Order: sequence, then structure tokens, then C-alpha cells
Amino acid sequence: MNTTISAAEAMQQTKEMLTASGQRRKNVDRMMTVVIWFCFALALAPLVSLLWTVLGNGIGRMSIDFLTLSMRNVFPGDPGGGIYHAIVGTLIITGFAALISVPVGVLTAIYLVEYGRGPLARAVTFFVDVMTGIPSIVAGLFVVALFTLILGPGARIGVMGAVALSVLMIPVVVRSSEEMLKLVPNELREASYALGVPKWLTILRVVLRTSVAGLTTGVLLAVARVIGETAPLLIAVGVTDSFNVNPFDGRMMTLPVFAYREYSQGNAPCREGDLGCVTDIAFQNAWGAALTLIAIVMLLNIVGRLVNRWFAPKLR
Amino acid sequence: MTITDSPPSGEAPPGPRGRVVRRRASGDTERGFSRIFRWIATGAGALILAVLAAVALFLIARGWPAITATPAELADSVPRYPDDTSLVAYVGPLVFGTLLAAVLALLLATPVGMGIALFISHYAPRRLAQGLGYLVDLLAAIPSVIYGLWGFLVLAPVLKPVWFWLGENASWFPLFAGKVSATGKSIATVAVVLAVMVLPIITAVSREVFLQTPKLHEEAALALGATRWEMVRTAVLPFGRSGVISAAMLGLGRALGETMAVLMILSPGFTYSLHLLEAGNHQTIAAYIANDFPEASGLAVNTLIATGLALFVITLAVNMLARWIVARRKEFSGAN
Amino acid sequence: MSKRIDAKDVNIYYGDFRAVESVSMTIEPRSVTAFIGPSGCGKTTFLRTLNRMHEVVPGAHVEGKVELEGVDLYGPDVDPVAVRRTIGMVFQRPNPFPTMSIRDNVLAGVKLNNRRISKSDADELVESSLRGANLWSEVKDRLDKPGSGLSGGQQQRLCIARTIAVRPEVVLMDEPCSALDPISTLAIEDLIQELKKDYTIVIVTHNMQQAARVSDRTAFFNIAGTGKPGKLIEMDDTATIFSSPREKDTEDYVSGRFG
Repeated sequence: MNTTISAAEAMQQTKEMLTASGQRRKNVDRMMTVVIWFCFALALAPLVSLLWTVLGNGIGRMSIDFLTLSMRNVFPGDPGGGIYHAIVGTLIITGFAALISVPVGVLTAIYLVEYGRGPLARAVTFFVDVMTGIPSIVAGLFVVALFTLILGPGARIGVMGAVALSVLMIPVVVRSSEEMLKLVPNELREASYALGVPKWLTILRVVLRTSVAGLTTGVLLAVARVIGETAPLLIAVGVTDSFNVNPFDGRMMTLPVFAYREYSQGNAPCREGDLGCVTDIAFQNAWGAALTLIAIVMLLNIVGRLVNRWFAPKLR
Repeated sequence: MTITDSPPSGEAPPGPRGRVVRRRASGDTERGFSRIFRWIATGAGALILAVLAAVALFLIARGWPAITATPAELADSVPRYPDDTSLVAYVGPLVFGTLLAAVLALLLATPVGMGIALFISHYAPRRLAQGLGYLVDLLAAIPSVIYGLWGFLVLAPVLKPVWFWLGENASWFPLFAGKVSATGKSIATVAVVLAVMVLPIITAVSREVFLQTPKLHEEAALALGATRWEMVRTAVLPFGRSGVISAAMLGLGRALGETMAVLMILSPGFTYSLHLLEAGNHQTIAAYIANDFPEASGLAVNTLIATGLALFVITLAVNMLARWIVARRKEFSGAN
Repeated sequence: MSKRIDAKDVNIYYGDFRAVESVSMTIEPRSVTAFIGPSGCGKTTFLRTLNRMHEVVPGAHVEGKVELEGVDLYGPDVDPVAVRRTIGMVFQRPNPFPTMSIRDNVLAGVKLNNRRISKSDADELVESSLRGANLWSEVKDRLDKPGSGLSGGQQQRLCIARTIAVRPEVVLMDEPCSALDPISTLAIEDLIQELKKDYTIVIVTHNMQQAARVSDRTAFFNIAGTGKPGKLIEMDDTATIFSSPREKDTEDYVSGRFG
């Protein structure tokens, strides 16, 4: 515009233009950066605190006895006994839940990816999402209502817990399997059809085999999600101090329910000078069970991610 | 790959025309087992709808005796049931407590969750972002019973001085009025624990939509001379708004149904009190059921199931709304 | 307004990969400079270093100097945010903010700097910017409608209006017409001719006729092969480049023998 200004002036003017940015804007930007980093730190704090607490409180109770004994004939305050019955119960009930959920979940995912068109597919997609939001206690109530019809009121057996967990697990399996099946490139399917392989064999041999690592990961993560469920098991399976491996007869103990049960027992009434009595043994048991449970959950999570990383075929 | 197993090998090439016809028949028109397999897969999908319907039906069927019972009958067979109270008046405070805890948790968790999502999508060093996101997801993997233990034994003592401070200095604010609980077993503590529990879901959904922000819009903002935060405000947040809303709704659904953490932390009561720092005022539906169900029998069971039905309806509505928003959003972004 | 740019021995990297090698050039004020060359030759990359948009890509960095009236844009005191405000940019695909009205789109950059702009000042600025972008008559009745409702060519002119509303010294255009139909392209080209009265304009284009039509000076970039860095082959008056270039590569390219 003003052509008469000297080169030096123009340079000075430009310098001001390029260095002077609004201090207020800069401060806001810096402040928001700090706020956003702080939010992340805020989420890590409970995670670290929680893991640390569980580890610190649970490690002291860990022993071979604790992992291999049940609570049968263990009196309040008695530092004996263990969680063997709860570990076995958890494994059996979760195993049964997986046995129900995996076929239903994977088949539904196959339906949605390979066949799904029209209103039924849209309804299934929508309600699978809605189903992920069912409160676990409602799943427990449903199972009790269902089995009351078959077995009469007051029935508490392991398989009821497995069905309740399935209601929670199926939508998770469907969602993750669906994602995995969608990753299988269409070229593979078409290559198979072009060789004259019927659709069902293509799905079994090509689609499922290509995505098996991803499906396994999905299932493991789904198991990890439901293995810590407490409320439905509390009302559908009940509690017991004894060892029971038959999911079709009698109550079973599970790790999360055990942790809650011990927690709700509170301090034991010990007589003074009774060295065989530990006042806070119930809390110690709860933390021990919590540590075992977290170890299982973390193991499932880590194995799940590793399976996917190591065995997934390189599609892209 | 596996495809090579399928065609019969080693046989002499038969007449080309005959083979082509046979292959087309088995591949395209779904004869034989292909059709059966389709039915099996479709059946699995239909089974899910049937299960959801069954959940609703069984809850209604088993809750019905309580819904139709007179207050007198209920008072006779349900422990601690106040005389001359209808079922609705009985469940009312529970619904209130459930909503109060969940909404408070959401108010705490949504801004933090958005902050974490922005951190992972736009602020963290790119190489670390995925790993850091995984750390937040770990919060979702921790069983709720452990949150209960931790909330009662670790968090409540930490928060207690905060609640006392608020009770002394901010009691003019209606929510902080009343007598501050000496144990910290108040709904305020519960809300904090629930907020931690729903953080991962809010973070995960918001993160996804923030990452989808078109580069074009981000660069448009930067090229106008926006700072990073101004770029987030002009390009990322408006784009992700509906995603954040549905993330919050999903979080709300999760918080509404959470049982163990509430059961283990909250000192229960059945009032419509807004005093968040007082103990013994509130109870949520889920925790109430878990607490009373193991000892219940007869009409008391039906009453609990009817209460559970109320929870089911509330969470179903919230989740359907959230999913509807997500689905609508998908259509919109697909059109662009 | 409008200032000159001097690039001195600029090398541009994505991580370890050198995308552009040793470019030196002078861009004159109040003129249109076109960058042409085959795909992947680094012309867009080089354009983005002129307003420090290049460093938005993770791992990207620049060596050498880019001076605006003698001030190095990569100097230690220089604020990249201020650089981008002084040197505006229009992108390949029109990118109005979808959630904002036409009016808010024009004001988007201005509001960042000046929160409390009075309504009358804002109205004036919206009108002058839209007039400057030859869009006013087409949108004056629907300023409160979303910008995404406009046609592609109108959206691109809206983006230009948004850029000039900030009153930059230089406007960079990265293939601004490649997503547009021929009629919209002509409208933009006319606009460029008007804008050069007030601004220094740099335009990247794939379309050699366009370069010949709109630019005063043309720079030809080329690469020796994939994986090799892009280089500035020659830069001269547009007429010279298209009639009697010095380099054989340039002649091959402008005569359509490759690229």
C-alpha cells in the first residue's frame, strides 16, 4: 500500500506482525493443554490407586493354602480356609456362559455380516446394542424368574448364573465378532466362490479361519468382562462355603461373590488373647479374592491382545 | 490359503460345461446345507431378539403379583414395607436415588471423559496415544466388586475431608446442606466411584468421533491462525457434539444399572433428599435388589422383580435413545 | 498489504524422508505465482511450508529459511499461529465449517483474534469479504444458512472470503479448482485476477492452461523418481516458461509429453 516506506521499516513491521500473537489467546491455549493433560492424569489416579491397593492388601493373604482350600468348617476369625471353591465355581460358571454365548454370538455376527439385510438384520443390530446396556442385576432377575418356572421358587444352581452371564456376554461377543468378520476382505470370499465352494463352507473355511485370531480375542475380552460380574451371581447362584463342581445341582461360590460376602461379614468378634483369631481376616480374604480376580482379568486381557497381535493374518 | 483344500484335486478334468453348471448351482443359489446354514445363522440372530423379549416378559410376569397386590398384602409380606403405601410410592425413592447417583456421576465424568478423549485424539504424542487409550480401557476391565472394596476402604476416607470442607463452607448450596456423613458413605462418594466406572465408555465413544474429525476442517481452522485449542473448539467439538451426547447417554445407562459399588459403599435410606453429603438418605434400585433378594421369599420376590422391571425400562429407554442418536449420526456422516 | 517471500535453500522432511530438496525462490508481491509439476513433486509440500502448515503433519520438519520481507518464518521468536494468520491458505477441497452459517464461516478467523467485534463492524466485514470473493450477490439473502448448502464453487469462494476476512498479506491456494466444474473454475480464476491487486498469491495447480491463464510467474517442480526428493527445476515469467523454457524437462512437461 504505502510504497514509500523503507525496506528496514517493512521488515520491522513484518517482524511485529509475526511475533505478536495475542497473549490472552496463548494463555488460554496453554491453560487448556494443562487441563486436558490433567484430565488424563485424573483417570490414571484411580487406576493406579486401585491396582496398588488390591496388590498391597491382597498379596499378604496369598498362599498355597489360600488357593487350594475351601471355606468349609472355617469359623469367623479363623485365618484358615481359602478360595479354591470360588475359583473353581468362577471357572465353571464362566466356562458354561462362554459355551452358550460363543456359538450364539458368532452365528449372529455371521448372520449380520454375511446374510443380514432387511428389517430383521436392522432390528438385531439395534437390539444387540441395546442389550449391551442391560443392567447385570436385571439379567440375574430374569434368570431367577425363568428358572422359578422350571425348578420352583428358591432354586439356586450354577447354570442359572451361566445363563445370566450369557445374557450379558452375547452382545459383547456379537459386537466384537462382527467387527472381525467385516475385516475379512471380500476378495477372499469371491475367490472361494469362484472355486465353486458353497457359501457355508466359504464362511467356515475362509471367513472364520481368516478371522479366528480376532474372534478369540473378542471372546477372551468378553469373558474378562463377565468374569467379574457379582450381582447376577449373588441372586442366581447364591453363596456356599463348600466345594461344588456340579453346575446343575446346588449353590456354587464364585470369586466376586466371595469377595463381597467376606466384605459384608466385617470384623470378627475375637476374644482378647486368642491368637488363633484374626479380627480383620474377612477383609483380608476379600482382598485376596480381589487380587486373584484381577490377576485373572488382566491375564485374559493381555492374552487376548497378544493372540490378536501374533496370530492375526496381515490383511492390509 | 484354505481355499486350496476345497476343490477336489487330482481328478482328471471332466467335461468343462458340466462342472461349470454344478459350481454355479452350489455357489449362487444356496442349495443343500448352505440353506440350512443360513437358517441357523438367522436363528441365532432371532434368538437374541427372543431373549430380549423374554427378559421383558418374565420380569412383567413375575412382577405382576406385586403390581396388582394391595398395600396391605405388600406390607404383610415385604420386610420394612411401610403401611398404607402403594407400590409406586414405595419404588419412587429408589428411582429417585438411582437417577440422582447416575446423573451426578455423569456430570462428573462427561467433562473429564471429553478431556481424556481429546488428550488421546489430539494432544498426546502420537506414538503413545494408543497405549494410553488402552490404559483408560483397563478401568472398564476392573470388576465392580473391586470398585466397591476400593471405594469404601480407600476413596471414602480420601474424600471425607473434601465433603466436610464443602459441608462447612458451601452449605448454603442446597446440595451440600445437611449433616455431613462421618463415614463418607454418602451418595456423593458413590457418584465419584460411578464416575470413575463410566469414564472408559464415555472416553471410548468420544475418542472415536473426535478422531473422525475431517482433517480438512482441522486444517481450515489452523490456516486461519487458530491455536490448537481454538482449532479444537471450532472444528473438533462441533463435529463431535452428537457423539459426545450419545457417549454420555451410554455412560448414564451403565451408571443406572451399577450394583455392587453402590451396595458396598452407600449407607441406604428411602427419601427424596437432595442432601448429597448425608448418609442414610438414598438407595438405588440395583443395590436394593442385590441386598434384599438373597433373603426374600413369596410376594417380596415379586416386589423386587417389579422394582427390577422399573430399572429395566429406564435403562432400556436411555440406551435406545443413545443408540438412536448414534445411528442417526452415522447416516449423516455417511451422506457427506 | 501484500509482501514478498524469499525461500533460501529450503529442504523439507517427513520424518527421515526428504520430500523436497534445496529450493530457493523469490515470490513477488502483488503478483500470482503458480507452482506446476507432476504428482508427488513436492509443490504442495513446499506451498505448505510457506505458512508453516507443513509442521501440522507429525514428524515433518523444515531446514533452510523462508523469509517474509526479510523476517524468517522459522525464526525463534516467530509464532506459527501468527504466521498462518498473516499468510492465509485455501485448500484443494472446499472446507467450510459444516456446523456454522455462511456468516459465521466468514467471521470464523476474525473471531479468534477479536472476540468482541461489534455487530456493525462484523456485518461490514462479512459484506466486504464476500464481495471480495465475488460471492456477495449470491448469498446475501441467506447468510444464516449453513455453508455446506452451497455449491462446490460457492463453497470454495466462501473459503476464500473466510481467508481474506482475516486480512492476510499472502494467500496460498492449493489446487483450489481441482474439485470444481469448469464454470466455477472460471469464477475462481477471475477472482484470483482481482485479488492480486491487494495480495501476494501463490497457487499450486495441475492444470497448465490454468497456470498460463492466471499467473505472472511460474515455477516448475519435478522428481527424478519415486523415493527421490522433489526439486525446483526452473522459475521464470509464465510466458517464458510456456514458450521458451531453459530446461528440457520443463519443455517436455508443458508440452504435455509427461506428467
